[in-house]
This record gives sequence, C-alpha cells and structure tokens, in this order.
Amino acid sequence: MGYLEHKFEDNIIVTKLDKLLSWARSTSPWYFQFGLACCAIEMMAAAASRHDLERIGMMPRSSPRQADVMIVAGTVSIKMAERVKRLYDQMADPKYVIAMGSCATSGGPYWQHGYHVLKGVDLIIPVDVYIPGCPPRPESLIEGLIKLQEKIRGERPLTKEKDA
Amino acid sequence: MINEQVAQKLETQFPGAVIVQEEPVEDCIMLTSDQWQDVAKFLRDDPELKFDSLQCITGVDLGDENPMDVRYNLHSMSLLHKIEIRIPVKKDNPTIPSIEKIWRIGDWFEREVYDMYGIRFEGHRDLRRMLLPEDWEGWPLRKDYETPQTYHGMVVPKVKS
Ligand code: SF4
Repeated sequence: MGYLEHKFEDNIIVTKLDKLLSWARSTSPWYFQFGLACCAIEMMAAAASRHDLERIGMMPRSSPRQADVMIVAGTVSIKMAERVKRLYDQMADPKYVIAMGSCATSGGPYWQHGYHVLKGVDLIIPVDVYIPGCPPRPESLIEGLIKLQEKIRGERPLTKEKDA
Repeated sequence: MINEQVAQKLETQFPGAVIVQEEPVEDCIMLTSDQWQDVAKFLRDDPELKFDSLQCITGVDLGDENPMDVRYNLHSMSLLHKIEIRIPVKKDNPTIPSIEKIWRIGDWFEREVYDMYGIRFEGHRDLRRMLLPEDWEGWPLRKDYETPQTYHGMVVPKVKS
C-alpha cells in the first residue's frame, strides 16, 4: 500500500474476459482441507507460517462445496477410495486434483504387497499434477501448486473448443 | 520367572488348563482355550496376580499345518509384573472364548484379530470387521491369503501399466 494509493486518475484496463477469468481462478485456488496419511503433515507444514500457502492465494476449506483443488495427501486405502471419489463428485466445477506423494501417485511403499491400497488415485479420479516424494517437502508441494496455477492461467473457459 | 510361578498357580487352580511343553518356553504360558474365560477372570482378580491391564492381543499364523496362536500381553499396574499368554486355535474354523467383558479394552483388540485372521471370539458382543470394509472377503494376514483382483470395480493388486 502507500505506493499505489491515490496515485491514479480513473482508469481503464483492457483485457479479454477469458483471460481475466482464468487469472482470477488461478490466483485463488482454495484447497480442500483433508489428509489421508503422513503426507498430510507436510501439507499442514506448507500451510503454516513458514511456508504460508496463503501467499499464493491458497486457503483451506473444510467443505467440498467451497473447494477448487483437492490435494490428495497420503495413502488412498481401498476403503477410503470410495469416499474420496464421492468428495470429488461433490466439489463444484472447475475442480482440480493434485496427487501428492508417491502413495497417491502410484501406491508408494504399498506398491507391491499392499492388499488394501489403491495403486494411485488416478484410477478413480482425474489428476492434474503429480508430486513425487515420500513425503514431498513443502517446497515441492508449492512448486506443484504453482504448476497448477500455470495450467489454470493457460485455460480459456469461454472460448469455443476447436474440433480436433 | 513370573511366568513359571503363574503357570504353577494356574495348574493347581485349573487342572488341565496349562499346556506343558516338551521344551519349556520361558517367556510365555501356553493355555488351552477351554477354561480361558475363568482363567482370565482369575488372573485379573487374584490378589497375588492382579493383572488389571490387557496391553495387546496378537494373532499369529505359524504357517503350514501348525495351529494359529492368539497371544495376550498382560500387565499389572499395582504389582508391576507382566506375562504373555499364548493360546493355540485350530486353523479351520478357529474359535476362542472372548475376554472382552473382563478387560473392556479387549473389545477392539479382538475385532482387529478377527479382521485380520478370521478368528471368532465367542461371546464378543459386537464382532465386526475393524479396519477393512464390511464386505471384504478373506483374512489378509493369513499366510494362504490371496489378494482379490478387484474390489467394487477398483483394481487391487495390479501394478499400473
Ligand atoms: S508417500 Fe510416503 S509420506 Fe506420503 S503418505 Fe505415502 S508413505 Fe506417507
């Protein structure tokens, strides 16, 4: 503040509505606050004061209705998989999914012998960004989120899709 | 040597309850499952034993033709001693009396052993699966367990291509 306040005449900004929309979406992707295993601890650390996800506009929401991004942080057991799918279905469009850690990406340590673990959350819901690591450090998570923001910024929600 | 003392005490109190082994195992007491509920009550209430805390129930599949084991770790908060009880159960249709009413903590312990090994605790008031979904088939920690190919349409064991 201070530098910008009361410095300008009434002004006009020219941009495409399309661009404005995706810019707005990309700068405030609220994420769904839930964790499934140890990776969730790193997600909490990323949200806490040192790394502070709110710097990049990410705020935790406890209801799927208010969330744009689902961070699948942890082991998706087969019992939980159905709940995860239901929560995903309850989120409003546009919605995005981040598979955080090797468990959510591919089953992780339970890849071979885990009778109860889903081998990757992308078997039940579409994933936008995969983050490797066991667990990924908050820096990795933040990089993944920035990648997601880049993806959202590149979207043109109003433009007609070209026939392939 | 607390195990030997307790074993002797149990032998005099409940003849036939203690399984005498050829090679005595020092760190546990082997029991038959017949009088287990009475023995458990005795262990809890006897003034010289006072095992007031059940710390763990474990199931063990010893493989092949061996019977399965249920193992109980007991501790006395007031007398500060502890023992381990082992009770073999048959592999086909394994059942054992429940001690859930004697040590209330046994409720979830027994449900977990039931969930993983399929050992039925007779007299348990709410013997359901603990961790796995209710309609899961099989007992995952048994040695002869085969992982199902799918569950509700989700692929279980397959590595993604
Ligand atoms: S990837 Fe590693 S840290 Fe993350 S949930 Fe799985 S086991 Fe835990």
